[in-house]
Amino acid sequence: MDLSSINPVLLVASIMVSATPILLAAIGEMVVERAGVLNLGVEGMMITGAVVGFAVAINTGNPALGFAAAALASAVLSLSFGVLTQLLLSNQVATGLGLTLVGLGLSSLIGKPYEGMKSPTLPKLDMGFLSDLPVVGRMLFSHDLMVYLSLALVIVVWAVLKYTRIGLILRAVGENHDAAHALGYKVVRIRMMAIFFGGACAGLGGAYLSLVRVPQWTEGMTAGAGWIALAIVVFASWRAGRVAIGAYLFGGVTVLQLNLQAAGAAVPVALLSASPYLMTILVLVFISARGAHGAPASLGRPFHASA
Amino acid sequence: MKRRTLLASAAALSLAAGSAFAQDKVKAGFIYVGPVGDGGWTYEHDQGRKAVEAELGDAVETVYQESVPEGADAERAITQMALSGADIIFTTSFGYMDPTMNVAAKFPDVKFEHATGFKRADNVSVYSARFYEGRAIQGHIAGKMTKTNKVGYIASFPIPEVIRGINSAYLHAKKVNPDVEFSIVWAYTWFDPAKEADAARALIDNGADVILQHTDSTAPQAAAQEAGNVITFGQASDMAEFGPVPRVSSIIDNWAPYYIDRVKAVMDGTWESTDTWDGISTGMVGIGEISSAVPADVKAEALALKDAIAAGEYHPFTGPINKQDGTPWLAEGETASDGDLLGMNFYIEGLTGDVPN
Amino acid sequence: MIHLEKRPQPSQVWTVITPVLAVILTMIVGGMMFAALGKPPLEAIRTIFWDPLFHPQFAGYSRPQLLVKAGPLILIAIGLSVGFRAGIWNIGAEGQYIMGAICGAGASLALYPSDSILLFPMMVIAGALGGWAWSMIPAILKTKFGTNEILVSLMLVYVAESILASVSSGLLRNPDGMGFPGSRNFQQWDAAANKELIANTGMHWGVVFALIAVIAAYVLFARHIRGFQIRLSGEAPRAARFAGVNPNRIVIFCLGTAGALAGLAGLFEVTGPAGQISIDFNSGYGFTAIIVAFLGRLHPVGILLAGLLMALTYIGGELAQLMLGVPGASIQLFQGMLLFFLLATDVFTNYRIRFGQGAA
Repeated sequence: MDLSSINPVLLVASIMVSATPILLAAIGEMVVERAGVLNLGVEGMMITGAVVGFAVAINTGNPALGFAAAALASAVLSLSFGVLTQLLLSNQVATGLGLTLVGLGLSSLIGKPYEGMKSPTLPKLDMGFLSDLPVVGRMLFSHDLMVYLSLALVIVVWAVLKYTRIGLILRAVGENHDAAHALGYKVVRIRMMAIFFGGACAGLGGAYLSLVRVPQWTEGMTAGAGWIALAIVVFASWRAGRVAIGAYLFGGVTVLQLNLQAAGAAVPVALLSASPYLMTILVLVFISARGAHGAPASLGRPFHASA
Repeated sequence: MKRRTLLASAAALSLAAGSAFAQDKVKAGFIYVGPVGDGGWTYEHDQGRKAVEAELGDAVETVYQESVPEGADAERAITQMALSGADIIFTTSFGYMDPTMNVAAKFPDVKFEHATGFKRADNVSVYSARFYEGRAIQGHIAGKMTKTNKVGYIASFPIPEVIRGINSAYLHAKKVNPDVEFSIVWAYTWFDPAKEADAARALIDNGADVILQHTDSTAPQAAAQEAGNVITFGQASDMAEFGPVPRVSSIIDNWAPYYIDRVKAVMDGTWESTDTWDGISTGMVGIGEISSAVPADVKAEALALKDAIAAGEYHPFTGPINKQDGTPWLAEGETASDGDLLGMNFYIEGLTGDVPN
Repeated sequence: MIHLEKRPQPSQVWTVITPVLAVILTMIVGGMMFAALGKPPLEAIRTIFWDPLFHPQFAGYSRPQLLVKAGPLILIAIGLSVGFRAGIWNIGAEGQYIMGAICGAGASLALYPSDSILLFPMMVIAGALGGWAWSMIPAILKTKFGTNEILVSLMLVYVAESILASVSSGLLRNPDGMGFPGSRNFQQWDAAANKELIANTGMHWGVVFALIAVIAAYVLFARHIRGFQIRLSGEAPRAARFAGVNPNRIVIFCLGTAGALAGLAGLFEVTGPAGQISIDFNSGYGFTAIIVAFLGRLHPVGILLAGLLMALTYIGGELAQLMLGVPGASIQLFQGMLLFFLLATDVFTNYRIRFGQGAA
């Protein structure tokens, strides 16, 4: 065993890439949950984004258009969840599972002609002198645009939730939809917008998988990433900054375990792959034991304005 | 017993019904573990199915079912295929072994072919490919071409098939480059593009400049391409779209000749239960075009090695070979028995780390 | 303007009509999908819904298989529905199912090759206990700390899957299996096998337990005070507390029931149809059962029917793949549609559609 062969600079760089798809999906889902909606269909939306992004990038030769199309497609798909749960008041857990089924099925039908193709991928940004800096240049400033966009998105979401009126309304709707309704806020409309945003983010995350991280389209390629994004939101106790930490941690555990193996260390793989989930449970217990509930109070509850 | 006869008569009935529609048309069924578009294992089996159709034309009808989970659903899928009048059914994953045996017992007139298993019956054959022969050639090229003397190996599960491949590749890399080291990463998956990409990156970050993979997606190829200065080998299918670099050659699972052969045997009425373990000689293991990135002399050596294996002049596991702990396994000139190879659960001398369990 | 008005009581008529309506809608839209894929739509629909039951060639086999496929779904869904009625959202049945199978199988493999007639009953108990114990983790965390059970139970699914991967290639691996992952095959071990009870009916112990569970749940909700307390806790938590219902007991009872039934389902599946513990023997039953519970509107009889309907789409879908060559993914999409339409039409059961002025 020679752990010195693990290069921490490359390790961090690698974690940033592997964490980006789950970070994007998780930050979107966090906004949805802060609005009081539990959408378990992240996996289905991600894989739809993966296939649509890939198809559009191939046909246009432009990965940026691929990302845009992926966001749009997944957001539109998520609206089916929105219509069912918000307008027709269906159960969110069951509808979310249905969304996953639909997304997985749809994506593989759309994707059939694109199997085995190679798409144009995002270039690494050249950030001038920053990229040339020793250590941090390679570690932090040599990635593609989406890595930075995902981090920027975290900051934007944090700021909007904390400092803006729309953020305040969104949180109010998530904490107590009846009170928010009584104050005259359009609960359903706000939740629909949150669901749309969550769908778009999940689509971006999926497209990052198929256009940058893998990059190719194969059926079932998200392989559970959407479920990990759900876990990250909980781990983060619904805080934007912690979502970023959670995504890097969850992504990091996998990358680290593979790196340890590559360096020749004997790794208890099963224990390590279960560890993020055990940590999430501990975090949940910790925040609920402190009396703070963490979860938005209206999470998963249907809202009906009985006039 | 009652159930068996009932089902058997149902099968006979359906056979009769089937032949009433199309005289003498043989129906061949395929059960796949993944989607036909996985680009690897299942994709190649499906290529074999298409080859059967192309070769035998109107005389044959093929059906398949994809993404059949190993477990309770497999037995039903195989039974339904037998009920639908299939004359021969190929079950193409190890986990279908017991379900295949169960169904075969109920349909004595249907022929079954189980890939990579070890249980047989009068109407159940087993077949598999000697991929380790291809690994020997990969090992040779890897040993010659590595500059860092570090070869990365993405392994799936610690089963004899995979361990055999690691040993074979290492043995032949070591022969031509005594300083070579293997880093082995167990991904515990056959197919997870994102994880395979991460595994490839981890190995490259740790200094490997050759990546061998025993998982099915092309994600490691893409990761190597991105890193540059790394070579890879296609797995299961040619993955030629990643050539000439990083992909410098490949092991191709070529089931077509076998499938055509076996379906023909059913037509001729000469089908018998057999145990087939073929390699390069029959073409079941194909070696993909060695690309221009490989120096001419190395390419020539690799091809010579391939020819020697194909001709039966050389066995990749020829002694002296010691096990990892230094105990002798094969004496000078001795070749490994198939039994030893099929149950292989140890590393050979020189490999580091332990086989996980 | 259209708006929804809540009915004082769920409509009896619509309860019956909506599933039929949903199935018809699914057939129409699904038929359009098959047509778009270049497959004959009517034939595809017939293959999915009719052939498993009445096709001369297949029905003899697939009718009993409906029970085999529906059995575990119903058993798990019944357990889940008990909790869902009380507003306790256990979505980790998949994990409880896996742990039940591992505990039951592990307990017997430790005694291999015993041929005691007590072996199978012992395994059944171990299986139920395994699932129960796994569900007690979210239960105790919820009662002690108020931790959200939806999320804890979901996290525990991943932990259970890691344990499954580890034991099937380690602790429980078949020593005679040539080094491949997976346990011994229980079908080949008479004392531990969950065999078909009546030849050619598909009836095995798991199906028997599923039917018992349906009846027990029916009695629980129709006749028993505990059933009333559960419903009250779900519909009016504050009223329940005033009525002296101890919410912690309800949590423990509901999650425990769901866990034990899911564990049983896992044990019966692994010793019967699946045959062995392997890395992916679970095939998502725990999640599909959530869908079944909702399709059945959390009512025992509804769940029974929903489980059979779900099994029909699986088996019919397999037949459609086999006979018509439709892609496997289209069946997944088809099931998703069915669920969506059921959920969408369900609104008529609980709400009236009003036209005119309303507070939207």
